[in-house]
Amino acid sequence: MNNYFVRRILQIIPVLLIISFIVFSLVFVAGDPVALMLPDDASQEDVELLRESLGLNEPFLVQYGTYVANFVQGDFGESYRYGQDAMSVVLERLPATLELAIAALLIALVISIPLGIWSATKQNSGIDLIATGAAVLGKAMPNFWLGIMLILLFSVSLSMFPVSGRGTLAHLVLPSITLGTGIAAEMTRLIRSSMIETLNQDYVRTAKSKGLKNRIVVYKHAFRNSLIPVITITALQTSTLVGGTLITETVFSWPGMGQLLIQAVNTRDMAIVQASVFVIALLVILMNLIADLLYRLLDPRIKYN
Amino acid sequence: MSEELLNIKNLKTYFHTENGIVPSVDDVSITINKGETLAIVGESGSGKSVTSLSIMRLIDSPGKIEEGEILFNGKDIVPVPMKEMRALRGNDIAMIFQEPLTSLNPVFTIGNQMSESIKLHQKKNKKEAKKLSIEMLQKVGIPRADKVFDSFPHSLSGGMRQRVMIAMALSCNPQLLIADEPTTALDVTIQAQILKLMKNLVTELNTSILLITHDLGVVAEMADRVVVMYAGQVVEETDVFTLFQDPKHPYTKGLMDSTPKIHELKDELSSIPGAVPSPLDYPKGCRFIDRCPFAMKKCAEEHPNLEEILPKHSVRCWLHEEKVVDLHDTKSFA
Repeated sequence: MNNYFVRRILQIIPVLLIISFIVFSLVFVAGDPVALMLPDDASQEDVELLRESLGLNEPFLVQYGTYVANFVQGDFGESYRYGQDAMSVVLERLPATLELAIAALLIALVISIPLGIWSATKQNSGIDLIATGAAVLGKAMPNFWLGIMLILLFSVSLSMFPVSGRGTLAHLVLPSITLGTGIAAEMTRLIRSSMIETLNQDYVRTAKSKGLKNRIVVYKHAFRNSLIPVITITALQTSTLVGGTLITETVFSWPGMGQLLIQAVNTRDMAIVQASVFVIALLVILMNLIADLLYRLLDPRIKYN
Repeated sequence: MSEELLNIKNLKTYFHTENGIVPSVDDVSITINKGETLAIVGESGSGKSVTSLSIMRLIDSPGKIEEGEILFNGKDIVPVPMKEMRALRGNDIAMIFQEPLTSLNPVFTIGNQMSESIKLHQKKNKKEAKKLSIEMLQKVGIPRADKVFDSFPHSLSGGMRQRVMIAMALSCNPQLLIADEPTTALDVTIQAQILKLMKNLVTELNTSILLITHDLGVVAEMADRVVVMYAGQVVEETDVFTLFQDPKHPYTKGLMDSTPKIHELKDELSSIPGAVPSPLDYPKGCRFIDRCPFAMKKCAEEHPNLEEILPKHSVRCWLHEEKVVDLHDTKSFA
């Protein structure tokens, strides 16, 4: 099993290289940052000079080679806008994003686990119908719209929570609900269908035939078995989560990586874009690795060789 | 011997499906005496498994026990609250199922699953439950029982898993063991071992068995009395020797004829033509009419009742209405 994880960790390297190439190409294609960096009245000579000093006149592959060489040494370049090492700018913003993402994930789990189990055990009842309807609605609402509606209702009309920014726990409430709703909706539906499947398994009938309480049959025997697909999707959801943070952070002016990335894209701050995408990619890979570890803990049949 | 343990009276378990009502168990009456092994025989869809699940009250929606009584030690368990029913399940009435792999929860150890009911019903602590579980595992002939206690179901063979199921079912010393096709999923050699094991244990513990099977070999090996079910109803009931020697229902005879016998040379195996009628659309008269070589006019018009045509031998067939007919050397199923 240790071998397996060493191998999995080593596999991260080629994945990151491929990601770096894609990101680099996209930023390269997106255009020349020099025009945005210099004032409008800059002369053609100044432009050329800056291009030369930034190495932007080199051919694509040479630029990429330089980039990878630096990146391997942990140097993601300097942000044009902040005049600092890009990675440290990104890492400064990381805690805010993690805080938001974890809060959203917690909200999603707290809502979806009981709701999913409940509607599975009371299949086709009124409760199930309402839960399924709510899940469809939650999935259908776009993040940015939900965020704006929540701001309108709770911040503007009711003055219960701050409109934007980060700081107190109250600041976290609306953004995490905005981000968590879609994930909760997806997971409720998933837990429901996974539970319905496990509740029909023979071992659940065996558990019932032993005279166990319904609660134990559902939560011990069925739920644990239905968790495996749920974990897969939760791990996959982290990429949605990251995508969601981009939008949510912008709506709520949440000073996280998502907001930084959007700004960096708008200003063609290549170094920041590359460093942020690198960190996001690493987070997604790590989440998948954690999911693999959890499978092993949950299901003794899964062996890694 | 004759003390009654289970007495099912006119049980009707129906499933309310979108296409209509499915009378899976339709007016079934069965008794099991203490220490006795009763086999229920029938094809798929004859209602034998639903009967056994009805006894455990494990019928899930859209199924429902519509009518009838299930007297266990003289008390009707159909109307009792679930809490009381749970105290019976696994304790006084235990069940083993056909497929030992899927019947054990893959994510918990054997020990965990065995201790669960022991702790619940016998109010034992973890350590005592472990001790008893290991004892039971040894009793069903599992080598290195203490090791098996800590292993997961997937690491055991099919025969071992069924032994575990038997150990689990018998751990609380039940009065009734319901075995639903206990050997169907096993190799023939393992089947014999498991049957022998069950037989020895129930004799030792004086447990009654309700054996659900479609395998007449298993019936001959295990049963004292046999109930033959067809299309949700009992069509014949008698002791095991009489059933094999002198079957009175054409369906039972068909079953016997379609079992290959070692001392007979046959080019072709006989079978009962046709299939069980759809439960949504049972014929008005006898439900076996379409497949029966003895079918008469009356069979199409009137539904036969289960009548005791000879002492302790009941049959649901018009053929024996006026005088008991010997089915030997009569028309057989081609």
